[in-house]
Amino acid sequence: MPTITEILDTMEYGPAPESETLARDWLKRGPFGHFIAGAFTEPGALFETRNPARDEVLAEVSQGGAADVDAAVKAARKAQGAWAKLPGHQRARHLYAIARQIQKRERLFAVLEALDNGKPLREARDADIPLAVRHFYHHAGWAELLAEEFPGQVAHGVCGQIIPWNFPLLMLAWKIAPALAAGNTVVLKPAEYTPLTALLFAEICVEAGLPAGVVNIVTGDGATGAALVAHKDVDKIAFTGSTEVGREIRRATAGTGKALTLELGGKSPFMVFADADLDAAVEGVVDAIWFNQGEVCCAGSRILVAESVATEFTTRLRARMGSLRVGDPLDKSTDIGAIVHPRQLARIRDLVAQGVASGGVLHEGAAPGGCFHPPALMVEVSPANPCFSEEIFGPVAVMTTFRTPDEAIELANNTRYGLAASIWSENLTLAMDIAAKTRAGVVWINTTNLFDANAPFGGMRESGFGREGAREGMAAYLRPVQETAASTALPDLDGLPVPVAIDGIDRTHKLYIGGAQKRADNGQSYSVMQDGRPIGHAPYGSRKDIRNAVEAAHKAAGWSAMSGHQRAQVLYFLGENLAARAESLRALLPSDEIEAAVARCFYYAAWADKFNARVHDTQSQHITLALKHAFGVMGVICAEDAPLLGLLSLVLPSIAMGNRVVAVTSQSAPIAALELAQVLACSDIPGGVVNLVSGPVGDLAQVLAAHDDVAALWSAQPAIAQAIEQAASGNLKPVWQVRAPLGQGAEFLTAATQIKTIWVPYGA
Amino acid sequence: MTQERNPGTPLDCDSFINVNRPAAERRATTLVARRSLKGAYQAAWLLNAISCMDLTTLAGDDTPDRVRRLCAKARRPLSDDIVAGLGLEEMPTTAAVCVYPTMIAPAVQALEGTGIPVASVATGFPAGLMPLDLRLAEIRYAVDQGAQEIDIVITRAHVLGGDWAALYDEVAAMREACGAAHMKAILATGDLVTLSNVYAASMVAMQAGADFIKTSTGKEAVNATLPVGLTMCRAIRDYRVATGHIVGFKPAGGMKTAKDALNWQVLMREELGRDWLRPDLFRLGASSMLGDIERQLSHHVTGRYAGHHRHALA
Repeated sequence: MPTITEILDTMEYGPAPESETLARDWLKRGPFGHFIAGAFTEPGALFETRNPARDEVLAEVSQGGAADVDAAVKAARKAQGAWAKLPGHQRARHLYAIARQIQKRERLFAVLEALDNGKPLREARDADIPLAVRHFYHHAGWAELLAEEFPGQVAHGVCGQIIPWNFPLLMLAWKIAPALAAGNTVVLKPAEYTPLTALLFAEICVEAGLPAGVVNIVTGDGATGAALVAHKDVDKIAFTGSTEVGREIRRATAGTGKALTLELGGKSPFMVFADADLDAAVEGVVDAIWFNQGEVCCAGSRILVAESVATEFTTRLRARMGSLRVGDPLDKSTDIGAIVHPRQLARIRDLVAQGVASGGVLHEGAAPGGCFHPPALMVEVSPANPCFSEEIFGPVAVMTTFRTPDEAIELANNTRYGLAASIWSENLTLAMDIAAKTRAGVVWINTTNLFDANAPFGGMRESGFGREGAREGMAAYLRPVQETAASTALPDLDGLPVPVAIDGIDRTHKLYIGGAQKRADNGQSYSVMQDGRPIGHAPYGSRKDIRNAVEAAHKAAGWSAMSGHQRAQVLYFLGENLAARAESLRALLPSDEIEAAVARCFYYAAWADKFNARVHDTQSQHITLALKHAFGVMGVICAEDAPLLGLLSLVLPSIAMGNRVVAVTSQSAPIAALELAQVLACSDIPGGVVNLVSGPVGDLAQVLAAHDDVAALWSAQPAIAQAIEQAASGNLKPVWQVRAPLGQGAEFLTAATQIKTIWVPYGA
Repeated sequence: MTQERNPGTPLDCDSFINVNRPAAERRATTLVARRSLKGAYQAAWLLNAISCMDLTTLAGDDTPDRVRRLCAKARRPLSDDIVAGLGLEEMPTTAAVCVYPTMIAPAVQALEGTGIPVASVATGFPAGLMPLDLRLAEIRYAVDQGAQEIDIVITRAHVLGGDWAALYDEVAAMREACGAAHMKAILATGDLVTLSNVYAASMVAMQAGADFIKTSTGKEAVNATLPVGLTMCRAIRDYRVATGHIVGFKPAGGMKTAKDALNWQVLMREELGRDWLRPDLFRLGASSMLGDIERQLSHHVTGRYAGHHRHALA
């Protein structure tokens, strides 16, 4: 220990370790079993959870097998009915008690988290734990208000929840709080590397008097998670973690009817414009990529900086990087702690080496030996460099430059992900424009990595679907009371002639693609039968027609840029023109279907400018907007029945919200839908906004589902649910199985939009 | 003061920036939460704060006796047992004593032989709304009385009206009037309100030749705050990068606790570096802060929490 006189010379900070005594005492309760039905089980097959900072074993926990998962699901099922039947106020009391109990044990939670994960105690203390507490308070509120604010909605039932190791308790809170508030019970599997705070949380549940079975915790590795996903009596899966595992879960749950939300990886852009407060942006990078060792799904890991300030910004950033302190997570002056596990460290190093090999120039700060990685900045990283596209999940930012705002957007969106974005400019006019054009679920303007229980969080594209937090997050743990539609198999379709003559002048129905009527690419048609007789022919569409339709839809981007009022005018006009056609459609359809179709045009014209963004109350001096953004290009698979109303019921809400649509028409009765092409063409609907493809629905749907340039898919054909949900795992587009394909309502509009949360702090 | 003095530069308004307040506030908040000082380190940093302190009295009821009492405290800020307990070889002193011009003479007399300089406010402190010739005359009076450091106030109207040339000319004239005495330019940031104003005023004061830039008179509604300090530190850094000249920083007003002393030093260390923890580049303008530091150091030495009445008044 240096003398005070010596310290006066160096003015170093010196060690400032937090006491770990209490946490060490708690660890003596190990080895730990699972928490099932309100009690800990006898420890089973054990594995170690380690402190990465000191390479030591902290505790042994049980490796959950299928039997453990089954016992937990049974306990959750048993508890669910009574839990859901409790008045909201009673569930609110439980959630409030949990929030309070965590607050009372906040230091133990923080130290345990820092030990198990390697994160700085300061961050656990100032971010993880208070945010988790905030989540339980917020959802105590939703439990209280549930009946009033979510009429006609019920809990899914038993939720299987799988969380990552980067924010163990916080991710637990994000999962458990809304599930419980909505009346679900849960089986949660914490990450293999970081199970400890979940086990401490289990004790908190007992302390808070939570009924047995409402929360169950099963520890284990990926196999345990897979068993939970596969369990037949789980109604909903919520997963946060890698895109790779998310994709496996999407495949595994395909066609099972399990509800699914995925919060996956990211490679979020951090855009610095020339008029930014550069020092503010430098600190933004610290918060973006050097927070939590960069082990943050929404980390601003791709810095895009205006050429004109790139040199200056890099200089400042490197200087700031040099003042970061990497080391003992329990030291209160530590900025960057340990990487969670040597395997993760090896992965980071491997990706960094690949980035350097591809031309990246690496600048690094200092770090001690062991499971630590220095803060790093890799410059001259072009989009072709793997480090531009691959999530590193470590304290490594990559950087490239842009010349214009347009190019910034182009680079920002040049990614498979769409989780978050950070925009730095003192010009709000510019910043809002960039925010509107960035494909990301969360956009921070002049700030980054801000979270709040009342701000929806979640991704677009391959960053997953569903939102956590706020009203939007609650909706992910509720479903309409209405049951799923019955599934009937689609008949096989052949293109062979039916040798029966059709009366009247021959009619040629075509596909409708890009505003023009097109023959099927393969030059085939199929006979449309009614009451055992052919009534006409429809084009036998194939994968190339889907390809062309998707391309046409992409070109019609102007539709998405129009105002709701402008779209409403077009939809009213469509209704008017449809009514004028009623006479000729009566040959094909019952009058009430035509009347309902006209009414539906008016209904969604009415909604076009009224399904508005919300402003969320998060932190003082912040505007937090939750915009409802169109997906862009959507696919819809129409029901077999009511071919016109079935088509319009899916197409209208989609386009009312600004999407462009590729619709696969009813297989057995496509003609009324194809007749619509002429009405669409004369109703000022720009070419490419609605595209109609008829043919073998199963094949066409498969192509649409697998198409990487289609952002969302709706299906009113339950028989093909499994196939399309599996195919949709490619780009992880959300698939909505429409329960009432001839219905209408806000549910459709919700499914036609994705939330973009924009944070704008202000202050003179 | 060992540093080569800032000679100033021509006025350059292109150096101004927009400062994002929420971001500055966030940095200021997290900056002090990111660093922790315990035990001997905390004691050393508190001692350092004493060495950087302009022990100040600027009240309407100041009297020569009151000023002499303050000077006595500046010479012996700690009791002998604390000094011994900390293992120091000699009694530390404050960096300076800061008074009104008419109190310079008793202060100089009381500090004779200590090497502790007397700083005086001048130029119509605190509002500065006097004719320029009178303000310059006041500087010359203060220097003549023996003040080695002059804390001037700027005309806030020049900042609020964007009349940067007038501000530059005024501060340059004051610097000339100071002669060999070092000049601290008080920006009265509470009156300037926006951080962009604070940054611009900092830049103009440095360009006009200020040796230090200082936050507040202690009389504005808002005194020294960390976001303002952060903004001024960044201006000092930017000015140095642009010109190579080095300028000191002095927060003043509203700082009362030992924790404040640590926080401001952490700000200096993190944003400007170790050199700005020496009295030639950093001063804390404070009155009651010293008492709290003394109590904390007493606790460090004795292990007991201190009582107010057991420590000498300033």
